[in-house]
This record gives sequence, C-alpha cells and structure tokens, in this order.
Amino acid sequence: MQEKVLMKGNEAIAEAAILAGCRHYFGYPITPQTEVAAYMAKKMPKIGGVFLQAESEIAAINMVYGVASTGKRAMTSSSSPGIALKCEGISYLAGADLPALIVNVQRGGPGLGGIQPSQSDYFLATRGPGHGDFHVIVLAPASVQEMADMTQLGFGLADKYRTPVMLLADGTMGQMMEPVVLPEPQEIAVEKPWAACGTKMEREHNIVNSLYLSPSELERTNLERFERYAQIERDEVRWEEYCMEDAEICIVSCGITARISRNAIVEARKRGIKVGMLRPITLWPFPKAALAAAAEKVKSFISVELNMGQMKEDVELAIRCKRPVHLCSRVGGMIPSPEEILAKIEEVAKEGGC
Amino acid sequence: MIVFQKPKALTDAVLHYCPGCTHGIVHRLVAEAIDELGIQGRTVGVAPVGCSVMAYNYFACDMIEAAHGRAPAVATGVKRAMPENIVFTYQGDGDLASIGMCETVHAAARGENITIIFINNAIYGMTGGQMAPTTLPGQVTQTSPYGRDVATQGHPIRVCELLSQLDGPAYLERVTVNNVKNVRNAKKAILKAFKNQVEGKGFSLVEVVSSCPTNWGMTPQKALEWIDEKMLPYYPLGVYRDKEA
Repeated sequence: MQEKVLMKGNEAIAEAAILAGCRHYFGYPITPQTEVAAYMAKKMPKIGGVFLQAESEIAAINMVYGVASTGKRAMTSSSSPGIALKCEGISYLAGADLPALIVNVQRGGPGLGGIQPSQSDYFLATRGPGHGDFHVIVLAPASVQEMADMTQLGFGLADKYRTPVMLLADGTMGQMMEPVVLPEPQEIAVEKPWAACGTKMEREHNIVNSLYLSPSELERTNLERFERYAQIERDEVRWEEYCMEDAEICIVSCGITARISRNAIVEARKRGIKVGMLRPITLWPFPKAALAAAAEKVKSFISVELNMGQMKEDVELAIRCKRPVHLCSRVGGMIPSPEEILAKIEEVAKEGGC
Repeated sequence: MIVFQKPKALTDAVLHYCPGCTHGIVHRLVAEAIDELGIQGRTVGVAPVGCSVMAYNYFACDMIEAAHGRAPAVATGVKRAMPENIVFTYQGDGDLASIGMCETVHAAARGENITIIFINNAIYGMTGGQMAPTTLPGQVTQTSPYGRDVATQGHPIRVCELLSQLDGPAYLERVTVNNVKNVRNAKKAILKAFKNQVEGKGFSLVEVVSSCPTNWGMTPQKALEWIDEKMLPYYPLGVYRDKEA
C-alpha cells in the first residue's frame, strides 16, 4: 500500500493519472486547475512522459484525441470556460468511441465569470458536453482522496466503455489540501485492436472516425453507443448514503457542498431533525433508482448545490416529482455555510418535511 | 515487367472526387512517397474536413478523421505518443488556413516532426464553392458573388510565406500539379517532406496549388490553365524554407 501524503486536490489528480499509466497530458493555463499542468510539466519529462502546453483548449483536446486514437492513455484538464472550448473535441471523442479523461475544476460563470468554486457546469457535463447525441461518464469527487481514486477509476471506465470520462470537481476540491493515500500503479487491462498505431503490414488499416454519411449506418452507431450507455447506467452508478436509515428529509449534494451538508446534518440531528444525505458520486449515470427508493421513505428532498438548481431537476426526474424538492444554493463563487444549510433544513422540517 | 501500377499505400476504393479535380493526383503522389520510403506499416494519416474528408478510405495506412482544422493538433498527439511512427495530415485551404490556422501556426512553431500536405484550390469545395482564405482578389464564389472585395472581405493568405517567418519549420515548399513537369516537382517535394520526418528533421509542409473545375465553373483543361494565369502569380512556386539548404 502507498503511504499517506498531504496534497492539493489538483496535484492528487496529476499524480494519480501518472500512476494510472497516463503519460500524455495536454493543457492550457486556467485558474483554478493550473496546478495539474504545473505538476505534469515537472514530472512528465522525468518519467519519459509528454507534457505539452497547447496553444488553446481546442488544440489540447485534439491532441488528446490523437493520443487516444493510438490506444494510449491521455488526459487534459481545465476549468469551466476552457471546458466549453473543449466540447467540440469531446463530441468527436464520443463519436469516434475514444477513451480519455477530461478534468473540469469548475469556476463560476457564465462568460468569464469568476475564479471561485462553482458547480455550474452540471448541465454541461451531464447532458453531453458537445453537439450530438451522447453522454460522458461524470464523476464528482468530494475529497482529495476521491480526486485521486476517481482519476484512476475514470481511466478504467473510459477504456472499458470506450468513452470520454469527465472528472467534475469544483474549485474547492482542486485547491484544498488533505491527506491522501495514492492509488497503486494501474495496468491498462483492455486490448485496443481498433487503435490507429500503424498496421505493421500485419492487418487491414484501422480508421478512427466519427463520420457516417449513410443515415442508417449513423443510426446504427448511435444505437450501439446507447446500448453501452444502458450498460453503464446498469453497472456503474455510484452514490453514498449518510444517516439515511431513519431520515425524513434527504439532502442531495455532491462535491464540496456534500461535505458542508454533512456538518449541517450532524447539527440538525442534535436538534432532533431526522435528516440524511444521498451523495451522487456519478452524476451521469445519475443514481435514479437510489433516489426513487429514498422517495418511498422520506417526506422531502433538499438539493444543495453551487448553482441555480441544475441537479435539482435530475432529483425531481428521478423521484418522478413524488416529493417536494427544495433548493439550497449559492452561486458565483459563494459557498453556503453549514448554518445556511441548517437553516434550510429547519425551514423544510417546520413546513412538515419531517 | 510491370511499368505502372497503383501504389500499395492506396486502397482499392473508388475516389469520390469530381472529374478534373487534382486531389487524385496528390493522393497518388503521397502514396508513392509512402511506398518508396517503405513506411506504410508505421504511417498514420490524419484526414481533414473538406472534399478530402474521406481520405481515410483511400490511404491504406492507419487513418484518423479529425475535426475541421484540428488535424495538426491531432497529428501532434499521435506523433508525441508514437515518435517512431510517420504522421501526416492532408488538409484543404479552409481547414488549414481558416478554421485551423491556429493549430497550423503552432504546430509549425513547435517544429513538430510531422508532414502536412496542404491543398490550396482557393475555394471551399465540399460545401459547394464558398470563399476560402486563399480565394483570390476579385474571384467570384458563392459567398463573394461580386468578386472578393479585399476592402471588406480581406486579403488572401499566403501560407508558405507566413510560416516562413517562424523558426520552427524545417521545410516549406509550394508546388502545383497542373502539368507533367509540375507533377514531377510536386512528387519530389512530397517525398522530401516525408523523408524529412523519417530523418527526424522536423515540420515539413508542402502546399499544392490545385484546381477545382466544378466550383470554379470551368472545364478541367481551363482550370489547369487558370492555375498558371491567376493562381501562380499570387502564389509563386518555390522553396520557402529548407533547413538543409
């Protein structure tokens, strides 16, 4: 087992990626994720890897596309405005069924927005970040430990399902320091017979492509991809429950707000309010069944987010609007305090939420 | 004795190009270069968006289809992942000099050890004949119906001259394929652009002044003459960078 070290979330991502066998990183500076690039710039040349500061986010994601086409592991990282630029490339990765890891350490928007933490790319990430009909697997870490673990998980899922994976962190996760046990070095377990790495004159030429001019063929590739998505929705949904055994109010929250919600839950329970939390770890696939099951037991939900209620819509859909879903959120880089969340819990409890 | 045959680096697929289009000639020259250098098994090509979007069906080496303009970035990724492989892009003027100018300039500035074949026919062919970054002043296209007015639509871009201002490129040459002599010169240039990469010399780009009879509204014969009359005065043939020389 690896020893425990103190690391920034962004650095934990970089080191975990290297341990996952990723030797190709392409990025462009943007706050608050630049530490990933800085770490890679220092480390990659020493281990025979590639760090390249691309001319743009667009170029970076296309360099990832190039490496992924050869069958090797590649990643890029950015923050919200930069991720918007990468969306073209992410769509092409999805269309060509290429695995890759895209890290989004979110900041507030829209536009240039700010540089403080946010979860306002929830829609962008979970609805398919780019043109066309597709999904990416979206992982939402809530600790530096999870930043490291999910980096490795992300590479594994990407290879297994031939899909881009987005690690969707908020700025807090990227910037905070915590003790972390780094994952063990990972071997790439999947064969990639489709890779464009030279025929060696031993096989027919491989073509990595997302263009299908025949509508029936294009439909077939879409349907085949959605069969894979159905498998992902069946086998890869991840969530965590906290104090849900007897809960009458269920908080739904991910990332930093899940951490703050935990404090509020402890305090609320001291005051006799039966509140628990369901923390989605995969935002796509969303833990729909777990929420639907929770809706059978609890009286109401509170979605705690760093945006204007984007995830709240998914909660309502998951529970088919069976129970009221309240929103407790701050935006623009503002972060709710445990007291603010506690106040919301008490307000909902008073309204008959428990 | 076989005196003439299809290069091995071309597949048996039937080309979809219009009659008189010079893409077919350039495809052949690229394939001949790959054959002569014996690199087909380790070559990876990157196709553009444009008329040659389906080049991935025509070259018998591994191929990757890139987003519009992004081929040099994709090729950079491939080359960095597999430095022992030979990586080329095949791009038109809209792809390389308009939407992908940033990727082109920076791949050149980095001196990426890749080969770029750049088809300049002064028009967007696949979308039906719109103004390109290389459309000549006064040239009529669907989106410059009164002729390209440089006052409002800007001036054409001379890619070789522009890139020759950078320290990065190893080799830049402009050729054309409108007669036998020029085809032979183009062959030499394309071969050299690949050989440079095999020898690790760095970024090589060959600009091929090409014809588009369909969208120029000319017969194939007239289109080849138009290259001499109109294109070459604006886009002079020649070597713009050769680090060996």
